Amino acid sequence: MTTKRKKLVLVGNGMAGVRTIEHLLKLAPDLYEITVFGAEPHPNYNRIMLSSVLAGGASMEEIVINDLGWYRDNGITLHLGRTVTEIDPGNRKVYAEGGIEAAYDELIMATGSNAFILPIPGAEKEGVIGFRDIKDCQAMQEASRQHKKAAVIGGGLLGLEAARGLLNLGMDVTVIHINEYLMERQLDRPASIMLQKELEAQGMKFLLKKQTESVLGKQRAKGLLFKDGSMLEADLVVMAVGIRPNTALAQRSGITVERGIVVDDYMRTNLPGIHAVGECAQHRGIAYGLVAPLYEQGAVLAKRLAGIETGGYEGSVTSTKLKVSGVDVFSGGIFVEPEGARSLRYQDEIEGVYKKLVVLDDRLIGAVLFGETGEGASLFSLIKSGESIAGREKELLLGLPADALSSGGGGGGASARLEAMPADEIVCGCNGVSKGDIVSAIEGGCTSLGQVKGCTKASASCGGCKPLVEGLLQIYAGDDVVTVKEGICGCTSLSRDEIVAEIKRMGLKTVKEVMNVLDWNNEEGCSKCRPSLNYYLGMLFPAEYKDEKESRFTNERYHANIQKDGTYSVIPRIYGGVTSPTELKRIAEVAEKFAVPLVKFTGGQRLDLLGVKKEDLPGVWEALDMPSGHGYGKALRTVKTCVGSTFCRFGTQDAMGMGVRLEKAFERMNAPAKVKLAVSGCPRNCAEATVKDFGVVAIDGGWELHVGGNAGVHVRATELLGVVKTDDEVEEWASAFLQYYRENATWNERTAPWVERVGLTHIKSVLDDEEERKALHARLRDTLDRTVDPWKQIVNEPELRKNFEKLPAAQAVPAAKESGERTEEESA
Amino acid sequence: MRPLTGKVRVGSLNDIDPQGSRRLNVNGLEIALFRLSDDEILAVENRCPHKGGVLSEGMVCGPVVHCPLHDWRIDLRSGEALAPDKGCIETFETEVAADGTIFLTLDGSAQSSAAGPDSHSA
Ligand code: SRM
Ligand SMILES: Cc1cc2nc3c(=O)[nH]c(=O)nc-3n(C[C@H](O)[C@H](O)[C@H](O)COP(=O)(O)OP(=O)(O)OC[C@H]3O[C@@H](n4cnc5c(N)ncnc54)[C@H](O)[C@@H]3O)c2cc1C
Ligand code: SF4
Ligand code: FES
Repeated sequence: MTTKRKKLVLVGNGMAGVRTIEHLLKLAPDLYEITVFGAEPHPNYNRIMLSSVLAGGASMEEIVINDLGWYRDNGITLHLGRTVTEIDPGNRKVYAEGGIEAAYDELIMATGSNAFILPIPGAEKEGVIGFRDIKDCQAMQEASRQHKKAAVIGGGLLGLEAARGLLNLGMDVTVIHINEYLMERQLDRPASIMLQKELEAQGMKFLLKKQTESVLGKQRAKGLLFKDGSMLEADLVVMAVGIRPNTALAQRSGITVERGIVVDDYMRTNLPGIHAVGECAQHRGIAYGLVAPLYEQGAVLAKRLAGIETGGYEGSVTSTKLKVSGVDVFSGGIFVEPEGARSLRYQDEIEGVYKKLVVLDDRLIGAVLFGETGEGASLFSLIKSGESIAGREKELLLGLPADALSSGGGGGGASARLEAMPADEIVCGCNGVSKGDIVSAIEGGCTSLGQVKGCTKASASCGGCKPLVEGLLQIYAGDDVVTVKEGICGCTSLSRDEIVAEIKRMGLKTVKEVMNVLDWNNEEGCSKCRPSLNYYLGMLFPAEYKDEKESRFTNERYHANIQKDGTYSVIPRIYGGVTSPTELKRIAEVAEKFAVPLVKFTGGQRLDLLGVKKEDLPGVWEALDMPSGHGYGKALRTVKTCVGSTFCRFGTQDAMGMGVRLEKAFERMNAPAKVKLAVSGCPRNCAEATVKDFGVVAIDGGWELHVGGNAGVHVRATELLGVVKTDDEVEEWASAFLQYYRENATWNERTAPWVERVGLTHIKSVLDDEEERKALHARLRDTLDRTVDPWKQIVNEPELRKNFEKLPAAQAVPAAKESGERTEEESA
Repeated sequence: MRPLTGKVRVGSLNDIDPQGSRRLNVNGLEIALFRLSDDEILAVENRCPHKGGVLSEGMVCGPVVHCPLHDWRIDLRSGEALAPDKGCIETFETEVAADGTIFLTLDGSAQSSAAGPDSHSA
């Protein structure tokens, strides 16, 4: 005899509701006949990842958690795009759009929240949206194609993630925030200010302490008017000012609603058989807006529905991470000191790191981390466990690794904490993976982080829980743990140094040989390892090695810079930025002759001919009859100069002369990354030498040598290598520095990070040794003397030149010949 | 001129360097011919499914080309972008005769969608 299954209806096909069903199916697969209503036309997807979808890091398909097959396989009746409009608690029935109805024994309300739209004049205009679902995401992507200026109202987590996404979509984005600092619900002031600076560096603009009065525009939004009378132009307005639990249906149906649907510790509402989970529910006065608490609620409800004994839900401590690339922010627990609490702070404005721990009665109750967030997950589990941290506060603040902590005594460390963690505690908040799930994956044979990630998805989204997963691997896989070493790319597990050592030891001579002998797992490598191997071989064997153009990036293969439409740009070398009327005339004539679309002064004191067709490149070079400026290569780029003592009233030395000399000495030099030099005639430094890879600044009677500067993505000022007297010494030191960099840096590593990595003291100690310095200088000279100008070479060698031309028109093959082995005859 | 269809002769193996590529216009469409390291010749529409990058300029690794603009990887045999990216371009059947002559088979679809200057006869 089969017992009749009970009927379970879920209203709201989102993260919390479906998670509860998944859990229930694991505990009691046959207990219920399940019906799900979802207002959105999509299966359950990972709402968190909408930020990544918007920012271009994930596709819509990738964020689906349960595809339609899952519903089918589990016998769930799914009504997509059907909003439930009425509940009849007396007859235990729900009614939805399209005349659909369903009876229930148990009903779960999981209707989530709605984006809160400020009730201001104009809020209904076209182009004003929230950021909540796939539809909003598509609306933003659509808007970015037609419009330029976006305003995001709200400087909280959601607003900043929306703004970052819109920046990626190429929009000019301004974030408007009512408070005087950003993310005030997660961050304290110092962290918030550091965050703002970082985001400004990424191109985001801010208007703080601004209250929006109305949205301007006719049918479509055109701008915003603020209370203080000022205005901002904007043709897309995203409101990210908060969320409101979606309670209208519950309220209509006689369910008690305050801020959210009021539930007890077992997620029960006031009406029999009706439960609520997720953002729509209000538990002990709190309606949560993050997934981790929702999953905890879902676990309790699933057990109740499965008839399994369980303790009630007691509320959650929450933590957040901002999902904006390049910015690491973590916040957990109570981060503003309550009465009686004390705090520890660490602030390093040089590295951009800020940490704050809030301690009450020897227990950690909150933390804010900026810049370095690796410890976030372990601090968060300390906050949740509530154990005493007496005596360990400083260690925690300064962030010692987990094993250092566990050996530190004092009431059990990280591993004891992980061991004590209950099996159903959520480790990965993004994907709702519990400790139990991870342990069973390990027991089922997963021995590396990658495998656990593959089996359970733990740490597959934001990665914040990686240290915890690693900790669990240590405990439960013990000796079997495999730490997979990361190589220079996916094709190998070897590091740069190991590869170079093997090349030297075995005398490997071609890229192919290196890949074969060192067991590459992609026979022909990839766009990362091929160019790096080509560089290392050329650097090690300047005499024998024949450069492989097929292992170079497009730009270096064609000696010009590819543009987005497939044309190229041409920058001839203009030594030290010093040119002549004749040279300028010639450049002008060439530009006219080849109808070059744009001529521009570069930021490197020379001229750029942009938009040249590939087939015209050799002709342009020939007509210019100037050497390549290597504006496309991992090579010496420019040597910028100022006028120096030749004309300037402050100049102490001939900066132009020195610049030209250095550029002639090092032109055509390949390097791990591009190399830029500059020479200034006095410490006013008009050539900006202190943000160059090698900068020379003249002083009365000598030259200062500066190294390791960068003005690109991460601005870094140079460090002083030393002071020398003569021009020859400048060249010798520059040469030795550059060669030492060439021989030791990793491919694609510019001098700035390299100097930082190995330390100036070390570099100095090598170069101070006169013998060594002269040897380095000689090795670079020998390398450079073997190079030739690539443009001339291509112009003169038909075999190279052919690659710039298109193949001649295709010729039809007469039908009769088609099946023939070959055809020698010309077609008629 | 009517568009070319069926088998056409497009050049010879020596015209293309190993792991290199040459471009070719047929019926208003730009095609990239690639020569793999084992001398296999593959032909595809010269347009990355991502943002239209010119694939002929990319680095060839096995039967895959890396787009020069944003490094998507395109399988030259199937025309499909490799995961995690998604997209597809047209591929053309090729044949290399013993003397190195390269043939391409064009079906009706090898035309640019916009009517080019040579799509009507004077
Ligand atoms: C043409 C020029 C812009 C201009 O019109 O002024 C330029 C153009 C490009 N720069 Fe630049 N940079 C130019 C001066 C600079 C400068 C200023 C300078 O050299 O004084 C910097 C900052 C200084 C520095 O490098 O420290 C600069 C920092 C970058 C960076 C960031 C590098 C970094 O280490 O952070 C990149 C990205 C990269 O190299 O990966 C970049 C990349 C590029 C590329 C090559 C992007 C690319 O891969 O396609 C641009 C090519 C445009 C094109 O289609 O032709 N460009 N670029 C400048 C050429 C100077 C020259 O005469 O050779
Ligand atoms: C862009 C973005 C980024 C986020 N990032 C994070 C993050 O990094 N970390 C984090 O923890 N949280 C994050 N969140 C919050 C997280 O996504 C939510 O907390 C979570 O999705 C809430 O789950 P839920 O099931 O309660 O609601 P939802 O996932 O919203 O599901 C509710 C569903 O019910 C449907 N519905 C409503 N009414 C009805 C009805 N009457 N009939 C039928 N269906 C109905 C809705 O259409 C919706 O699909 C983010 C949210 C957004 C929007
Ligand atoms: S030229 Fe430089 S700064 Fe300008 S868009 Fe290109 S890479 Fe960016
Ligand atoms: S256009 Fe090819 S990768 Fe972007």
